[in-house]
Amino acid sequence: MTGQLRAPRSVLVVATLTVAFLALPVLALLQRAPWSGLVDLLRRREVVDALGVSLLVSMVAAGIVLVLGTPLAWVLARVDVPFRRLVRALVILPMVLPPVVGGTALLFALGRRGLVGQWLERWFDLTLPFTTAGAVVAATFVALPFFVITVEGALRTSGDDLEQVASTLGADPLTVLRRITLPRLLPAMGAGLALAWARALGEFGATITFAGNLPGRTRTLPLATFQALESDPEAAVALSLVLLVVSLAVLLPTRHRWLPTQ
Amino acid sequence: MSPALLLDGTTTVGDLDLRVTLEVMPGELVAVVGPNGAGKTTLLRLLAGLVRLDAGHLDLGDRTVDDGTDRGFVPAHLRRMGWVPQDRLLFDHLTVAANVGFSPRATTDRVASLLTALHLEDLADRRPPECSGGQAQRVAVARALAADPDLLLLDEPSTALDLASRHRIHALLADRDRRPTTLLVTHDSSEVADLADRVVEMTAGRITGTPPL
Repeated sequence: MTGQLRAPRSVLVVATLTVAFLALPVLALLQRAPWSGLVDLLRRREVVDALGVSLLVSMVAAGIVLVLGTPLAWVLARVDVPFRRLVRALVILPMVLPPVVGGTALLFALGRRGLVGQWLERWFDLTLPFTTAGAVVAATFVALPFFVITVEGALRTSGDDLEQVASTLGADPLTVLRRITLPRLLPAMGAGLALAWARALGEFGATITFAGNLPGRTRTLPLATFQALESDPEAAVALSLVLLVVSLAVLLPTRHRWLPTQ
Repeated sequence: MSPALLLDGTTTVGDLDLRVTLEVMPGELVAVVGPNGAGKTTLLRLLAGLVRLDAGHLDLGDRTVDDGTDRGFVPAHLRRMGWVPQDRLLFDHLTVAANVGFSPRATTDRVASLLTALHLEDLADRRPPECSGGQAQRVAVARALAADPDLLLLDEPSTALDLASRHRIHALLADRDRRPTTLLVTHDSSEVADLADRVVEMTAGRITGTPPL
């Protein structure tokens, strides 16, 4: 058994300050929370509406992420697609792109006069900007990479040896996917979905740019928090607490993947 | 009688240049011996449909399953094989019984009979990580045989096995009525002596000899 390394004092000091830097905003939030009136604040119409919109948008987005992201992750991990590196870069782009830029790009792509949006409106009478559906599109756009890279990473790590054995036993590709690949992938899919959902729930920039800030339709919890910060800071704190609790609730069950135990 | 397996072809996998001519008659058990890196495992993967020929042809019974072209390549799941890979590769999320019965060709009776023959009945509801090495190896052999293969491919099936497991696997393989045409890759000379009808030796991707039994 190897002993623990003895850290140099200077490294310990920097590490401690870094933890303090990360913990300080959370502590400040808890310190400013209007604990006595919290329940009443959370019962307010605008809070309930924002929570409802947030849950609806983030859950529908998570569902779309699951349906679209699983085949994409599988193809990226298993199929020798041309320009794979370019495709992967495109998939990851929304993670590093400022969300406002993502929202602007969505507007030019799917807006009423956008590249594809004009045809959606003309052919299907479908308008996405400043609608709840638009908020779902924005949330899906920013959340998808979190799911895809998690699942693709798991597929790459696990290799395809078991799939090969299954095929030699007479299982066709769809059976192999259903009976071997997907069941073994469930933990990674769960972790990826939790991260994607959390990202969708916290989405701000792309949503406000593409879907606006319409109460009861596109005003999600982050937008309501930002709005309340100017007029009602206590409500903003209460809304922030809701987001904090939800984020922790998502992070803790996935701790084995993201928080090693040692 | 036409051969169960007729291979005359070449393929390149990494640094290995495989160039093999091999004929196996129905019911035969042919042992493939040779040093590490000779291409024995690649040969089994080629027969299983996991590696393709660059040129030549591979016939299984009356059917050509690989002629070096995309059109002539028959994928693994349509070849009627049973492959026991060197590191077993059991499906850890399935029970022992579900592993053995995984193949769409595995019948309930066949699975039950193999579980009994390899003394796995008591382990049927366990998952592979709960099995010992010898038990897991028996599951891998049972799984391949349950697929009712025309050709059984065994990659060092007795390596690091306890005597009891080795005996059970050998007893099954020695029973000509219960095992199909078989290729057995092994480093174990006593296993060759016990089971093989014929031996071929591979070196650097070529079959270089047929040592006596």
